[in-house]
Amino acid sequence: MGIGTSVLLKMNAEKVLEAMGVEAEVLAADITKAKRDGEGADIILTTPELVVLLEGMPGKIVPIEHVFDLTEIREKLSAALL
Amino acid sequence: MNSVLLKALGQRSIKLQQTCLNWKESFEVAGAALVESNRTTAQYTTDMIQAFEDLGPYMVIAPGIALAHARPSSAVIETGLSLITLATPIEFGSASNDPVSLVIGLAAVDHDSHIDLMAALSELLMSNESVTFLTQAVNESEVRTYLS
Repeated sequence: MGIGTSVLLKMNAEKVLEAMGVEAEVLAADITKAKRDGEGADIILTTPELVVLLEGMPGKIVPIEHVFDLTEIREKLSAALL
Repeated sequence: MNSVLLKALGQRSIKLQQTCLNWKESFEVAGAALVESNRTTAQYTTDMIQAFEDLGPYMVIAPGIALAHARPSSAVIETGLSLITLATPIEFGSASNDPVSLVIGLAAVDHDSHIDLMAALSELLMSNESVTFLTQAVNESEVRTYLS
């Protein structure tokens, strides 16, 4: 849909990345756009239910259960960035 | 920040302690509230329900909270929110965030002009205290006072 979950994940990922001192370009996309344009993404943050729809994308798929939990986002991003 | 939320919540967009049997009924209430507050047409409610049917409970974005929404389209008259609380929490089929007590209906005219609104919404919903307040509130005026 590109207006809700993706926007929230982008906002909170940017907060976390800034706190971590990591420079990154973060784009919000709905599932259609992600599949169409997301081949260059190193990491794809999404919700657990959408992971299966992103299978085959070259980037690391990182499911976030609680989009407002900055600790969860930070832990999972840190692991994905290793 | 909070006046952004109040502006997005038009007249008749807040329905508290609703009795709904399932996720679809709660989406119908959230959608009807967007229509009543002149943010969307009834088609948007259909779109939200279709989106959930297509993609599953990914809209249950945090414990107890569902963000009902669909793509921007001509069914959206103006960006806005509806706020629905459920008298009895409902299972939406989310692996980690069920049951749902708070349904936020979101309509946006495009993909980016509602960023401030999402930032305010994120700040509100990040607070357990706020979410508890909202799910226990019984009248609209206390919610509007809280948000201001």
